[in-house]
Amino acid sequence: MHHNSHTISVLVENEFGVLARVSGLFSGRGFNIESLAVAPTNEEGLSRMTIVTRGDENVLEQITKQLNKLVDVIKVIDFSDESAIEREMALIKVTAEDQNRAEVLRIVDIFRAKIIDVTPKSYTIEATGAPVKIDAILELLRPLGLKELVRTGAVAIGRGAKGWKG
Amino acid sequence: MKMNGARILLECLKLEGVDLVFGYPGGTVINLYDELMNVREIRHILPRHEQGGTHAADGYARATGKVGVAIATSGPGATNTVTGIATAYMDSIPMVVISGQVTTALIGNDAFQEVDMIGITRPITKHSFLIRNPKDIPSIVRKAFYIARSGRPGPVLIDFPKDVQIAQAEFKWPETVDIRGYKPNLEGHPRQVEKAILMMLAARRPVIYVGGGVISADAAGDLTALARRLQFPVTTTLMGLGSFPENDPLALKMLGMHGAYAANMAMTNSDLILAVGARFDDRVTGKIATFAPHAKIIHVDVDPTSIRKNVRVDLPIVGDVKDVLVKMLAELDKQADGLKELQANLSVWHEDISGWKEKYPIAYKQSTTTIKPQYVIQKLRELSQEDAIMATDVGQHQMWVAQFFGFQQPRTLLSSGGLGTMGFGLPAAMGAQAAFPKRQVICVCGDGGVQMNIQELATMVQNRLPVKIVILNNNFLGMVRQWQELFFDKRYSQTCLELPIDFVKLAEAYGAKGLRTEKPGEVEQVIKEALAHNGPVVMEFKISREEKVLPMVPAGASLNEMVLNA
Ligand SMILES: Cc1ncc(C[n+]2csc(CCOP(=O)(O)OP(=O)(O)O)c2C)c(N)n1
Repeated sequence: MHHNSHTISVLVENEFGVLARVSGLFSGRGFNIESLAVAPTNEEGLSRMTIVTRGDENVLEQITKQLNKLVDVIKVIDFSDESAIEREMALIKVTAEDQNRAEVLRIVDIFRAKIIDVTPKSYTIEATGAPVKIDAILELLRPLGLKELVRTGAVAIGRGAKGWKG
Repeated sequence: MKMNGARILLECLKLEGVDLVFGYPGGTVINLYDELMNVREIRHILPRHEQGGTHAADGYARATGKVGVAIATSGPGATNTVTGIATAYMDSIPMVVISGQVTTALIGNDAFQEVDMIGITRPITKHSFLIRNPKDIPSIVRKAFYIARSGRPGPVLIDFPKDVQIAQAEFKWPETVDIRGYKPNLEGHPRQVEKAILMMLAARRPVIYVGGGVISADAAGDLTALARRLQFPVTTTLMGLGSFPENDPLALKMLGMHGAYAANMAMTNSDLILAVGARFDDRVTGKIATFAPHAKIIHVDVDPTSIRKNVRVDLPIVGDVKDVLVKMLAELDKQADGLKELQANLSVWHEDISGWKEKYPIAYKQSTTTIKPQYVIQKLRELSQEDAIMATDVGQHQMWVAQFFGFQQPRTLLSSGGLGTMGFGLPAAMGAQAAFPKRQVICVCGDGGVQMNIQELATMVQNRLPVKIVILNNNFLGMVRQWQELFFDKRYSQTCLELPIDFVKLAEAYGAKGLRTEKPGEVEQVIKEALAHNGPVVMEFKISREEKVLPMVPAGASLNEMVLNA
């Protein structure tokens, strides 16, 4: 049994209280949420959530079944079974003074990130990529002085030509 | 036609076939109650507490199979229904609860008698709706009833703001109901059924383990037919009692913590368990690690989340229990040779089971000086009609009913199995009696739990609901006392009720009949007198105070580690 991290995509009715139903299910049953991202889709009335969770196979099976049982949930995809692309965005404010400034720029460049705000004492960086890539840039920036960090949590989409309506 | 929201809701209830609701008025449902005076087709019973009303709606649903309906005002009225909703949720009982809510514009402002009922009940409802616009009422009511009764049934909450009750809208009943996120999987997969048949025909030590799902699917007849065709022994959970006649030689009776020795031994030694509409609750399995170590498990359930939640399953069959059982019976029609061979293979197993049944039958020591509670239950069975409905509260008496009443028919036991709600029995019996005015409805309670909703005696008397209430009075919170005796060195912390209550006088104060005895010789006469009376009766039996429910599998022990006589 592996306590791996799993990414689940959930298509939901954009109804009153739907986020509470989903998050309440996780907390009430002791499932853990590492991140959760949600926004409307291109089909009216529908939203898509991407949830990253941790647990063994049994836990994951229960999570997907319990999600499916919610009346407002239309579809659940467990991306452990399918090949998917995951992306996350982070906004990172780092200390950037004197000798640091060049080093921060170098790291930003290597990770193809962007500086989106500059002050004499700081840079604010926008980084996008697979969650492991975000982890990696943070590891390099942390020693330079991380002032603030905001991550979106992962969003995921299946590979290939097949689209998932909604 | 244009109507106000209150009227639209009531018209919808009529169209859903609702002829009886239990409810309690208040500020945010006063408009609904005003309209109710114009709707003759819906009978309304006023309980004395919203918890009582909700359990009554639940009891009505358990006894009839129809959706029970309860109404409460916002705030405290609504929160009083919470225990009733949770009780129904845990036992998968179809129910629609309508709570009043403050005016839409005030929601979120901590208005007078405002609570977030949708939030409070989220984990204990199958689904919930807030009505924001009167034109949505028909589709919401339609969906609520559909969700409550289909698939694995359960309670649904409708939160109904006061201004929506007043506002006018066109009433249009939707002919169909389609919820894209809710499509219960009702048809058992034929291939899975075929595989199950092969496993069953190959079994040497099979058991059918039956839960409340068989009763809620109205499949007791099919289950009984299947068991008899295969000659497989049948054990039931508390919720499954009544789905298989206990006087049948194949009956192992109830299993689990206070189950029959034969049932628990059969499960432990089986090589095949056919689980039907049951969920492998911890009170049933005992210690999971040693549960049925040699058995292959076939699990039939309409709710996929029940499957593989607690135990490993070799063959899952998701589907309506009735659909699957009917398919199994049809499949067996093609297996005449296999069935013959099977019977030859089962004879050793049947002998083992007879041995266990003889060795430790469910029994008790009779006394000539004090009333044994088990004796009262046996007498109740003897003296009541076969289709009598038996409601219980929660505690020792509940288990004695389960062990000694000998259930023969589905929907004749109303008991809070999953939540174990003290205070459930009396109002649930009331709801069942309202549904079946002519049938005998008996309620067995302890002297503790009966006081949790005793006020409903008034409702019974007022509405001529002639429930026969049996109080097995041990002056203890008996079930907890039993645990303290066995596992806490007899340290009876807060389980002696001390103050003796005169239940006869109490009954009389409500206008009901009261009877009491402490003599075993008078038990029969008291029951006869009560059953002959055409109004509600309270029978108080002073029983041997420290009687224990046995056998018992201590919490966390294996099913075959039963305390048989402590
Ligand atoms: C509402 C509620 N509170 C507490 C309990 C815990 N409990 C379970 S059985 C029991 C004792 C019940 O005593 P009584 O009603 O006298 O019945 P007896 O066990 O004596 O038959 C208690 C307190 C419960 N199940 N429900």
